[in-house]
Amino acid sequence: MERHPRKLLTIITEAAIERALVADCRAMGAQGYTVLDVRGGGAMGDREGAWEGDRSIELQVVCADDVAQRVAEHVLGTYAPHYAVALYLSDVQVFRARKY
Amino acid sequence: MLLSACIPLLTYPVLRSGVRLAAPDAASIAAHYGSVSVVTFAVAQGVLARAGQPSEPHLAVLVALMEAPGIVVGILLARLAGGAPAVASNPAPAIGPWRRWAGLAHEVAFGKAVVLLVGGLLIGWISGPEALAPIEPLFSGLFKGVLALFLLEMGLVAGARLPELKQAGVRLVAFGLLAPPVLGLLGAVVGHGLGMSVPAIAILATLCASASYIAAPSAMRIAVPQANPTLSIGVSLGVTFPFNVLVGIPLYVGMARWLAG
Repeated sequence: MERHPRKLLTIITEAAIERALVADCRAMGAQGYTVLDVRGGGAMGDREGAWEGDRSIELQVVCADDVAQRVAEHVLGTYAPHYAVALYLSDVQVFRARKY
Repeated sequence: MLLSACIPLLTYPVLRSGVRLAAPDAASIAAHYGSVSVVTFAVAQGVLARAGQPSEPHLAVLVALMEAPGIVVGILLARLAGGAPAVASNPAPAIGPWRRWAGLAHEVAFGKAVVLLVGGLLIGWISGPEALAPIEPLFSGLFKGVLALFLLEMGLVAGARLPELKQAGVRLVAFGLLAPPVLGLLGAVVGHGLGMSVPAIAILATLCASASYIAAPSAMRIAVPQANPTLSIGVSLGVTFPFNVLVGIPLYVGMARWLAG
């Protein structure tokens, strides 16, 4: 089966901005996304997810390289200065190119 | 509603000059105190019921009415003070600011707590007391037990925030202890002025004294990203919430009785 190279953009951040972040990804060309509830810690302290205000999410977007670049730049410029944000990019291969 | 909108206007100057906080932090904490804590309300209801003076069920409307105005005023204070952007410093080119505001308005007006409270009241009003009978054991009988478990859980969460209060400093902790009785007295006096019953005055005082730690943190995190959430959540959940449950509520019930003569 034919395989197509794509990027997996992973954004780990505060649950409070989930809705805005998903809307931004959509507006910038992402066709789909996956959100996981996660826990962790970093420079901005530990986030244990003990209650509503302390929840964290991992947003995964499989998309074309240019979309990943646009979203990453936007997230780093807009959200990273004030929110807990971890962001990384990895290479993935998909089977159905049209979907991503 | 007006009362809850006034609270941030009263607390903001105190937080700025008394506690010496930066404008975004002061506005965020002011919004937390302007909004209300549903759990504190539930404890006050329980205390009143145990004292043989059950509060009127429709007082839950007050919670729904008083949740949002304080948050809105807090956001406006942050905007006026520092020109804080609606969401972040660099909005996406694809998304206009109006959509950010619309999203925020939706968050505040249709937050889980408000929808559940107003929805519950509407369901109760439409179905009437007869419909309540079959489900009463779950919602009335088990309520105290569930509340006890919930308070235990909240105690653990609140306790976990205590180390963070070191960052907040003595002045903010003092604010967390002094603001509730002062705001509670304000609520009690207004309630008395409006000719409310003793349980209603006690509930209004409790709501004024309480600080939100569920709705307000989410809303303020979106609206005022510059504010440090550790400070606002630390003081509202780590100081004011336990203070109200242990000392405040009996005090507000006492105020209500004393005012009503």
